[in-house]
Amino acid sequence: MALTGAAPIVSARRDLEGSRTLEAYLASGGYEGLRKALGMSPEEVAAEVDAASLLGRGGAGFPAGRKWSMLAKSPVRYLVVNGDESEPATFKDHLLVESDPHQIVEGTLIAAYAVQATQAFIYLRGEFALGLELLQQAVDEAYEHGAAGRDIFGSGFSIDVVVHPGAGAYICGEETALLESLEGKRGFPRIKPPYFPAAIGLYGKPTIVNNVETVSNLPWIVIHGGKAFASLGEGSSTGTRLFALSGHVRRPGVYELEMAKTTFRDLIYAPVLGDGIRHGHELKAFVPGGVSAPWFGPEQLDMPLSQDEVGKAGSMLGSGSVVVMDDHDCVVRAAWRITHFFWRESCGQCTPCREGSGWLEKLMRRIEEGQGRDEDLDLLMDICDNIAPGLTWPPQQTTICVLGPSIPSSIASAIRMFRDEFLVHVKEGGCPYA
Amino acid sequence: MELYPEKRSALIPICHIAQAEHGWLTPEVIEGIAELLGLTPAEVRGTASFYEMLRTEPTGRYLVSICTNIACMLDGAYELLEHAEERLGIAVGETSSDGMFTLEESECLAGCDMAPCVQVNYRYVGKLDSAGFDSLVGELAAGERDADIPPHGVLIRTPRRAPRAVAGAPSGGGRSAGGEQAASSGAAGQVS
Repeated sequence: MALTGAAPIVSARRDLEGSRTLEAYLASGGYEGLRKALGMSPEEVAAEVDAASLLGRGGAGFPAGRKWSMLAKSPVRYLVVNGDESEPATFKDHLLVESDPHQIVEGTLIAAYAVQATQAFIYLRGEFALGLELLQQAVDEAYEHGAAGRDIFGSGFSIDVVVHPGAGAYICGEETALLESLEGKRGFPRIKPPYFPAAIGLYGKPTIVNNVETVSNLPWIVIHGGKAFASLGEGSSTGTRLFALSGHVRRPGVYELEMAKTTFRDLIYAPVLGDGIRHGHELKAFVPGGVSAPWFGPEQLDMPLSQDEVGKAGSMLGSGSVVVMDDHDCVVRAAWRITHFFWRESCGQCTPCREGSGWLEKLMRRIEEGQGRDEDLDLLMDICDNIAPGLTWPPQQTTICVLGPSIPSSIASAIRMFRDEFLVHVKEGGCPYA
Repeated sequence: MELYPEKRSALIPICHIAQAEHGWLTPEVIEGIAELLGLTPAEVRGTASFYEMLRTEPTGRYLVSICTNIACMLDGAYELLEHAEERLGIAVGETSSDGMFTLEESECLAGCDMAPCVQVNYRYVGKLDSAGFDSLVGELAAGERDADIPPHGVLIRTPRRAPRAVAGAPSGGGRSAGGEQAASSGAAGQVS
């Protein structure tokens, strides 16, 4: 597959000088989408987003238009924009907030208008100190420009936008945990049903939660129309998408690509994208969509970056982050580190996740450190199966949220693809790559 | 508190502000926040202790966070962390005796294109090797990075202001400069 010439949508201003300022934003068509939206009915705006088939860019990939249509009727409704980006190896929202904060604000306002929200919050992860400052400045400038607050652009529509800092917890990227956190509590996910945010969300009121990248697409969609967006990509994977590429490639970074028209091979090897594996090494395995996703190997390189295709192959495009491991990397160590992360970030509510992550982490560590036993592989798989019965993808749920069932992905993938490497660790009493 | 329909929502932002002033959440600070929000100190501590960034122990002027998650690990994060321990003379989780540095092993900081990713007080300082780390420590100790790296706790230097639209500010009125506005969302009838 060749790279398509589709122009970037959400990252169009990344190299524009002063892109963070209102002046540069206005000069490049900023807030025109909001103006146009306010001249339409909220239903018409929502219909464009529906026509665009915009899939949520946070990780779950649920169609944004359909999500909006599920919002319960109520005099009080909230919009919450999720900028808690913390799925390991995901750094696209980081780019958006630092290079184009006004686009996030404009997208938030368009979404707020379309769903007729009474207040909007942008929850940004606390570790984005600069991002928090830039976003707050953008919100302030939007107020001064008449684009936020009372009677926006004389339309009669009023809304407040509040930038809310998180404080360091992966689980708060899960939408119901995020709402708990926004209410000033521990980030404990809520059980669904009944706590679907569209029915019972922030302060118990109907709430829409959309990702930062999702709302960043809205100004373009309103200006160019949902059809134009849907004409990009293929099948249900429409538009363009940010892919965060990291690991052992020559050019790690965030790349905006037309959905489904580019393959993993393009992303990893094209000279203008990843530019191949460093030091002349060979690709061994890669994470296709955030560390919650089951891994792929060289045989999946020609798969298009499409939510459907990746899903059919038993993994997910998730948060759009791809991590490349080469033939000098130890997969046991890699899977251990991912498991260590889940163990550290489990909120502790559900037993399979809280206890299972700890058991898996200890077993993986003991194999990596050379104290592994022959029976450990079966034990690992057994625990994995207890957390996510059948080890299917998407996984079966034994816990309140999807963090738990995501834990086995890396271990099950590593054992399935590289069983021999585990056995060498056990047999030789240590890591052959150490 | 004026930013939210219910004032408990201000808990985390207030903890950040308190850390800007005190560096960490001392027991007295926690009691003060509880009083402000009408909560018990246990409720404040219970929430704060859930979050990595809210510190219930003394923390150095510079909190050095080194990510060791997958992408950074592949690029030598553990080697850098080990070097940092030697250079600073402290183990992960500890604070130097002069109160200048706290070292932390962190989870993904969303800076995987600059692996191994390092932050100081949540400001990105980029991809660092051992020599780069040493010069950073030197610059910090000499106060040469004060402009872009404020002391630990100072997270957002742009003040957040009270909203005005839904709170019922007079039409055409200017921005409320501070927190004098009544708790927002009067229309919602949810003022706590």
